[in-house]
Amino acid sequence: MEKSDVKVKVLGSWSSPFVLRARIALNIKSVNYEFLQERLWEGKSELLLKSNPVHKKIPVLIHGEQPICESLIIVQYIDEAWSSGPSILPSDPYERATARFWAAYLDEKWFPSMRSVGIAQGDDAKKAAIAQVEEGLALLEEAFAKCSKGKAFFGGDQIGFLDISFGSFLGWLRVTEKMSETKLLSEAKTPALLSWAHKFCSHPAVKDVMPDTEKLAEFSKTILARFRGAAPPKS
Amino acid sequence: MAEQVKLFKTWSTPFGLRITWALQLKGISYEAIDEDLSNKSALLLQYNPVYKKVPVLVHNGKPISESLVILEYIDETWKQNPILPEDPLERANARFWAKFSDEKLILSVWSAFTKEGKEREEAMDASLKNLKFVEEELKGKKFFGGEKIGLADIVFGWLGNLLPIFEEVSGLKLLDDRFPSLLAWTKELSELPVVKYNWPPHDKMIIKYQALYEKFHPVK
Repeated sequence: MEKSDVKVKVLGSWSSPFVLRARIALNIKSVNYEFLQERLWEGKSELLLKSNPVHKKIPVLIHGEQPICESLIIVQYIDEAWSSGPSILPSDPYERATARFWAAYLDEKWFPSMRSVGIAQGDDAKKAAIAQVEEGLALLEEAFAKCSKGKAFFGGDQIGFLDISFGSFLGWLRVTEKMSETKLLSEAKTPALLSWAHKFCSHPAVKDVMPDTEKLAEFSKTILARFRGAAPPKS
Repeated sequence: MAEQVKLFKTWSTPFGLRITWALQLKGISYEAIDEDLSNKSALLLQYNPVYKKVPVLVHNGKPISESLVILEYIDETWKQNPILPEDPLERANARFWAKFSDEKLILSVWSAFTKEGKEREEAMDASLKNLKFVEEELKGKKFFGGEKIGLADIVFGWLGNLLPIFEEVSGLKLLDDRFPSLLAWTKELSELPVVKYNWPPHDKMIIKYQALYEKFHPVK
């Protein structure tokens, strides 16, 4: 059953890479949805607290009355609930396992290492943090060769689970490059990923929801200031 | 074609135990290789170069790492006795709780086991809060999966033996009658042959975790 006339909402924020994953997946399936932007500095909405009582985090997908939480779980849900649209996970179990493995790696190791670059104090700490990110990108460059098999995306001709999982971080990757004055993706070290990143961001399911790098950079300065001690305004 | 399935694990890892259960529930023949993590085999390093950890499942020469990834692979490759339900919403729910076990509950319990003073108190509070969420999810059900065990049951399985061992060694009280559904569930789970016959030896576990506990809490 397609459930195509049941209302779909996404609770999230324009700046969150995790929220972006849900939006891209819905776009791939051509599913219309209502995007509910959380008010960032005014405390979490009633709807968020009700829909995700365990983690109280975005994104939350609300399908009809049912909330689904955790971005990668949401993407798989979207793939399975709208099964007649283009597939997001590959069909072969081994390829699916490979995609899931790298998605988990991105969330557990790589993205935290990239966040560390922004937080690192002092040149040495920054250098070390950048080196970690680059190590991860080297692994991902290799993974791209294996998964894409010469095609444009990790998923082959079409963007898939790993493209979405990784591609959603590109906005923040570009901000990190800007703030640290380093090229993380480069012709020299990660030519395939560099080309992939460009194609991913231009993809019709992505280009209208990928946040603008400048806007994200401004936003990150605000967060950093708050993180470093400025008290958040009380609503 | 002759299937070749190998499972790299250790005698004590709860993550490897999950895979043992899944394989046996589906009646899959496999070779178990117990690693010594202080002296990892060349094969393990070759099969899991990114993390160098167990468990690793090798199916016809192709390695799969990370227990949750392995469990889904097993379910998708061998269709008998499914671990995940068919309905997308129920699948999402099972995955949610599996993730909760590993990202929230295990971490808070491990912190309670290893930390001291205020950090230990905070970890205890977090663990009790986390257990309460799980208790609420389980309420009224025999298993997380319903009448039969599913992904969440397999992933929460460590609550059936590892947690009581932590409690025995450290004196911490976590899974008690504040969580009646969870207690009943551990009993149901432990009655299943695939679980009962595969628990790592209790005495050996106590020795191992006693030694670990003393490392984290050296007597001054």
